[in-house]
Amino acid sequence: MNRKRVIVIGGGIAGMESAANLASMGYDVTLFEKSQELGGHLLGWEKLFPTMRMGKDVVKFLDKGVHLAKVNIVKNSNITNASKNGNLFTVSCGDGAKYESEALVLATGYDIFDAKRKEEYGYGIYDNVITSAELEEIFLSGKPLLTTKGEIPKRVGIVHCVGSRDEKVGNVYCSKVCCVTAVKQSIEIKEKIPDSNVFCFYMDLRMFGMHFETLYKQAQEKHAVNFIRGRLSEACENMDGSLLVKVEDTLAGKPLRMSVDILVLMVGMVPSEGTKKIGTMLGMNFGANGFLKSQDQHTMTSISNIPGAFFAGCCGSPRTINNVFADARSAAMMTASYLEAYDIEERITYI
Amino acid sequence: MKYDPFVIPFCLGAIILAFVLIYKYFSWIFALNKTDKHKILKGIFSVRIFKAIKEVFLESLLHRKVFRVNPMLGYMHMSLAFGWLLLILGGTIESKVHSLKMFNTPYEPIFFKFFNHDISMFSGAEEFKFVMDLLLLFVLSGVSLAFIKRFYSKLFGMKKTTKLKIGDWMALTALWFIFPLRFFAESFTSGIYHNGGFLTGTAGNFFASFLPLENLTYIAWWAYSIALGAFFIALPFSRYMHIFTEVVLIFLRNFGIKSTKEYNSFSEFEIHSCSRCGICLDKCQLLTAARIKDTQAVYFLQSIRYNNLKEGKAFDCMLCGKCQEFCPVAIDLNNIRISKRMEFASGNNNFDYLIPKIEKTAPIIYFAGCMTHLTPTIKIAMESIFKESKTDYLFLDKDGGICCGRPLMLAGEILNAQKLIEKNVKLIKELGAKTLVTSCPICLKVFKEDYELDIEIVHHTQFILKLAEAGKIKLNKSDLNVVYHDPCELGRGSGIYDEPRTLINKVGNLKSISQEKELSLCCGSSLAGIQLNSVQKELVRIDTLKALEKNNPDCILTACPLCKKTLAKDSSIDVKDISELVWNGITESKIVELTQNSN
Ligand code: SF4
Ligand code: SF4
Ligand code: SF4
Repeated sequence: MNRKRVIVIGGGIAGMESAANLASMGYDVTLFEKSQELGGHLLGWEKLFPTMRMGKDVVKFLDKGVHLAKVNIVKNSNITNASKNGNLFTVSCGDGAKYESEALVLATGYDIFDAKRKEEYGYGIYDNVITSAELEEIFLSGKPLLTTKGEIPKRVGIVHCVGSRDEKVGNVYCSKVCCVTAVKQSIEIKEKIPDSNVFCFYMDLRMFGMHFETLYKQAQEKHAVNFIRGRLSEACENMDGSLLVKVEDTLAGKPLRMSVDILVLMVGMVPSEGTKKIGTMLGMNFGANGFLKSQDQHTMTSISNIPGAFFAGCCGSPRTINNVFADARSAAMMTASYLEAYDIEERITYI
Repeated sequence: MKYDPFVIPFCLGAIILAFVLIYKYFSWIFALNKTDKHKILKGIFSVRIFKAIKEVFLESLLHRKVFRVNPMLGYMHMSLAFGWLLLILGGTIESKVHSLKMFNTPYEPIFFKFFNHDISMFSGAEEFKFVMDLLLLFVLSGVSLAFIKRFYSKLFGMKKTTKLKIGDWMALTALWFIFPLRFFAESFTSGIYHNGGFLTGTAGNFFASFLPLENLTYIAWWAYSIALGAFFIALPFSRYMHIFTEVVLIFLRNFGIKSTKEYNSFSEFEIHSCSRCGICLDKCQLLTAARIKDTQAVYFLQSIRYNNLKEGKAFDCMLCGKCQEFCPVAIDLNNIRISKRMEFASGNNNFDYLIPKIEKTAPIIYFAGCMTHLTPTIKIAMESIFKESKTDYLFLDKDGGICCGRPLMLAGEILNAQKLIEKNVKLIKELGAKTLVTSCPICLKVFKEDYELDIEIVHHTQFILKLAEAGKIKLNKSDLNVVYHDPCELGRGSGIYDEPRTLINKVGNLKSISQEKELSLCCGSSLAGIQLNSVQKELVRIDTLKALEKNNPDCILTACPLCKKTLAKDSSIDVKDISELVWNGITESKIVELTQNSN
């Protein structure tokens, strides 16, 4: 019997998990990944909030999933065309190979906000301004956190909402994960450099997930991290390479300036180039913020405007890892039900 | 005396018009402040009056500036204004020559053909006939253009948001009828008495062949007189008020009276001088890019006139100055807009907590401005250039200074702005510097206009150019193809177009673009566009970028931190301040030097 085929594009958490689920249901699944390794952004995170378990454990779990279910994996893929002709999806790659399938899942994820676009924070201009992703890289490498002069920082500033909730850069949405990442990273800094002072500058703290609030309490009580409510207006460099930050403390109601040795920017999520490229090739709808748009926000999640094309993970909106897992499995479920001719659209009773 | 009751509507209208105008103009002049009144007195008896007369002729009659922007529109305005005046003059001369009297009734020239059937008696009568008919044709062509324009521009969706007021309708309708009716009245008369020229004479013969002219002629003269009377009465309550007001405005301006940021009776002259030519519509990016259809100068002035200005209309304009640049009446639209914003201002803030502290001083002070602090690359480039040129300078707002006051000014918060200005003026005067350099055109404008400092105030592009010309820095010409975005406050706002360009040509290859200098577009983030939402700003920004990116330059240069920051948001091409390119060039040449020395 000819098995029905599914193409999954994007080898991060969402792509791997939906591919594993679909393949385990018996479909012939091909997973495309543009880099040489599966795992996506997760490969760059050392420990995960809120439990501090290792990111690579989760990668292992995902790897096992695709291998046990015998997903076909195409790495280093460079997709040059993706389209739907009749009932078939066709994907062509740069090396000339062509793939066909009856259904498709897009899991092209997010890109990290380019902090240079927020010039007033000095990323790319001042040496000691880094992003949360770079801090994670340092943690992952096992090296100590040092200033560019090689000194142990005494004061570290953490800026929330960089590239999120900011009309000035054109991103009005919340990236969801950065508040709790800031809490997690501030604890890690304190654990590594106990006599340092860490300051988080936030607009409001969004501790929405289970155990996030506990982690936040812990940061305050156990690690004495300072949380200052107020948006950073600008940073400039002092003679010694430290950074002078200007912020309005909106709780105390007065402007505040202080020096920090390292400034970490909590960069948000933006729709990835891959999502834009392949979503456009397929003719998928995008929402106002540039992420993919589902047929209905509440009831038709993962279901795109193209019959047979579904999407999972952060190409639809910023999500935490556990939410991506749930979403990936849901997208797999929707894809399977489509292939078994279940017509969910029939249930729509509203316009 | 020649008289017939049909002249009554005309005479009545003319008398009422004269009274209303005299009343209005005198009360406005009376309300001017002492110095301005003094200027009028002095001006009347000076040579300025001749300059004024010349300008009235060129602008109010020939409409030279309208011509320059739009020849069709210019012709329309000219044929109506100048043509009509010539008709009146021609008629006056004709009637005087005919009656050989110095004084005759004032309506006689207007209704000359009614009262004088046999005009072939005096010498030159044929020539007069010809000239008068030609003039009538000239005016009629203008009327038909006005007619076409009304419906043509409607087709294109312009002017549809302003409803004409009753006064406008009356005047407009009357105006459309005046000249056709004159044409009919004169033709009919000529059909009976053969006293017409090539136009009315021919038409008269033609009408006589099938119309009962004996009955119609008198009716036509009545109708003509009524149309004139109606137009005169409606005029002060309509847009046509501009015909006379502009003349007075030109005189006042030539006497040296200027608009201020406060609304006064000179502003009344200005707003009543708007002819609603609509030139300001197409120039406004809020219309062409952001699709805001009710805020352009013409609508704004209209709403002031009719006392229904809404807060939104006062606060969404970017004060980019483009409409003002092209307004043929040269109305100071930005000042009027600011003066109206003042009426919504909240007033009185306390800035006592701002205590400036500066210990040392230097001959040159640098004021980066708050926007420059948000674009640190500009700040770094400037500090490096100062050091490289060994300039003895003081960075006045290094740790954050007092705001220059321009943002408050643009918001109409003049009182509050004044307080900040006072603080800064005191500080700068104490420093006793010779030159004030700023990186921000917004600061530059307020320093120059409202600070009354008697030191040199320059933008950093001007300063860098001077450094280069004095050999204090060595510029390095790159082979980059660049385009330049004129910041509104630097270009149209302060008239600085050339120095930035000269400087750019020393560091790169400047390519010209279609919308530059006076024509340049606004980045969209102007601090004045207080009520614009982010989508509207984006539409303007994208519109501007489209013009800049057109020929795919290597780099887009500008000379304003706010423009830079704004354009960089959506540009696929590098956006830099000129100072950055200058500094890049200097560092590069240093690297080259170093490597050559080490070889
Ligand atoms: S999660 Fe927190 S830091 Fe991130 S965008 Fe939302 S509010 Fe800002
Ligand atoms: S403001 Fe100036 S340009 Fe605009 S309609 Fe009036 S006269 Fe014309
Ligand atoms: S100043 Fe600029 S934005 Fe304002 S009305 Fe004139 S053209 Fe439009």
